[in-house]
Amino acid sequence: MTGVIPLCDAPVGAVVTVVEVLAGPHGQGRRLEDLGIVAGTEILVERRAPLGDPTVYEVRRARLAVRRGDAQFVRVAVGDENTGPYVAL
Amino acid sequence: MSHCEPEATGSVAAGTLHVALVGSPNAGKTTLFNALTGLRAKTANYPGVTVSRREGLVHVDGRDLTLVDLPGTYGLDAISPDEQIVSDALRGELPGVDKPDAIAVVADASTLERSLLFMADILRLDIPTCLIVTMTDELAARGGSLDLDVLAVALGVPVVGVIGHRGIGLDAVRTLLANPQEWARPVLPPAAESGRRSAWVASVLRSAYRPPGRDRRTRRVDAVLLHPVWGVLVFVAVMLAFFQAIFTLAAPMIDGLDSAFNSLSTLLKDHISGWLGELLGDGVVAGVGGVLVFLPQIALLFLILTVLEKVGYLARAAFLADRLMGRFGLEGRSFVSMLSSFACAIPGIMSTRTIPSERRRIATMMAAPLMTCSARLPVFTLLISAFVPDERVLGPVRTQGLALFGLYALGAVSGLLYAGVLNLFALSGSAAPVIMELPPYRRPTLRAVLLQTWDGAWSFIRKAGTVILASSLALWLMLNISFGSPPQGLDTVQRDSWKLEHSVAGNMGKAMETVFSPLGFEWRTNVAVIGSLAAREVFVTTLALSTAAESEDSLPARLHELRNDDGSKVYDAATVAAILVFFVYALQCFSTVAVLRRETNSWKWPAIAFASMFVLAYVGALIARVVVHAVT
Repeated sequence: MTGVIPLCDAPVGAVVTVVEVLAGPHGQGRRLEDLGIVAGTEILVERRAPLGDPTVYEVRRARLAVRRGDAQFVRVAVGDENTGPYVAL
Repeated sequence: MSHCEPEATGSVAAGTLHVALVGSPNAGKTTLFNALTGLRAKTANYPGVTVSRREGLVHVDGRDLTLVDLPGTYGLDAISPDEQIVSDALRGELPGVDKPDAIAVVADASTLERSLLFMADILRLDIPTCLIVTMTDELAARGGSLDLDVLAVALGVPVVGVIGHRGIGLDAVRTLLANPQEWARPVLPPAAESGRRSAWVASVLRSAYRPPGRDRRTRRVDAVLLHPVWGVLVFVAVMLAFFQAIFTLAAPMIDGLDSAFNSLSTLLKDHISGWLGELLGDGVVAGVGGVLVFLPQIALLFLILTVLEKVGYLARAAFLADRLMGRFGLEGRSFVSMLSSFACAIPGIMSTRTIPSERRRIATMMAAPLMTCSARLPVFTLLISAFVPDERVLGPVRTQGLALFGLYALGAVSGLLYAGVLNLFALSGSAAPVIMELPPYRRPTLRAVLLQTWDGAWSFIRKAGTVILASSLALWLMLNISFGSPPQGLDTVQRDSWKLEHSVAGNMGKAMETVFSPLGFEWRTNVAVIGSLAAREVFVTTLALSTAAESEDSLPARLHELRNDDGSKVYDAATVAAILVFFVYALQCFSTVAVLRRETNSWKWPAIAFASMFVLAYVGALIARVVVHAVT
């Protein structure tokens, strides 16, 4: 599993595929899963706020603003088609 | 349907079937609710907590069913107080509230995948469930498609599509909701584990759904509105326009209402003789009217906030402000709560329920009363229009608008710093995730906007008819019951003035001068400050009453004419500045204290807020007076 990074470190413009969602200390993992972020989901890193945080991610056609501190619990593989089975997007 | 029978006893008491409406925020749940129930909805609170519970009757085939609009939520594993209510209500664990007989899940067609994750959790509750898909027109416009029949078969529950704001599909929804006992039920509930839940959603949607393309229009608009330079400029411009509009657009309407109330008051005093005429003219009409004249301004404020919210801009504002708010221990949604607090701290404080983190939630609630609410607006407007000369500064920007903006800014900045200080020294506990959705930009319907604006304006009118009327009457009595009899040889005006000074209220105001004279507050101001504890607007009412004996001029003119015994002005620039600053900080609002108590479930936070904000108000007013005195 080379190239797996926290979602918050993915560059703007990248399309990444979720590898794993960690639980997180304050229920972050479950909430991210409720929003459709599970292993295999493709995420587009759309833009950062003018002050650098949070970041807008496009997930399953919804656009979510997530703070760095929460996005770190999503482990993603950066941009190639072979990393995930999810093709519904 | 054997399991329905024991539950039916609970519902029979109310006489109707209870259907709960659930769904994620921005799914169009409230629009649908309003469309189905018309204006027959009523808002109440859940027992024990102040999460508002909107209920309405839906009329189908000659009978009524009760529709309950629950707060928007993304999942049943609650992370915010709002979500906890939904979770408890659906499980029948909310004391005093019946478990719903059926659940209608409302889902936005363009984010259907996510909604079905929530649907999977709902189906495991084993309550009859149906799915109402909204905004199918938006889905089609963005190149997606949905086959409702295929989806219904795959889900094993009834599915209907609606376009809520255009009223399309509402009859089908009504018919469906009337007969939950006939709804299909899934053979097997979906799995809870997130991977399998997600797989279930994919399999259900496989042949029924083609997701929409990217929302190009929204993304194009966001490219500007969230831009590091343009976005920030637009943000500042929107905020400036917001405050300028409140002040300038409403002014002519306020003047019109003011002269109408003055004429009515004079008319009453002329035609009804004796104390009754005085009571009606000065106590009721002048008192309540003095506050009601600000209705245009307050309605405008609610209108602008409603439009910004419904268009989708408030979510962007929250996004832009999040990092900044984070510095003060707050988050983006705190910004929206604080902006609502400019209308009234009560809805502002209640809106913090969408903030998952207890720590950030308390910090937001404590900062909310420092935002300049609409009840302070009458006080500010009166004093600014009376004492700040109206001059052009730059383009449409005038001195009076600038002065008002300055007071708003002072409150807002102080609120942020206050939250920051609390966060450093008084708050502990964890920080739940900050995840906000940016909904597509949408054009709200006129009806939805007017409905919500009316809600805000109506609560203000109701307050004028109850709290403010009662305090006007009480004050009128306190101002008109005097001790002793006036000395001989005074003319009518002098005698009225003497009576006022020796009235119950006059004596109280004088007693307070020992504390407030460093701020330049003389007894009339002090009486008005006491009055403003019931509601801040009453300050204006009280000044109107306590100066009524002086002359027949308008209130601003009367304030200018008031003289101390030594001939100096009672209201000079320094004193007016002190009053303004005092009102920026002081927590003179029993309703806000009560809401803080309910929402934090302790007296600790309201006590801290009241005491600390009084100290801020006193010290701030003192500084303002000294500074203005030095420069004028």
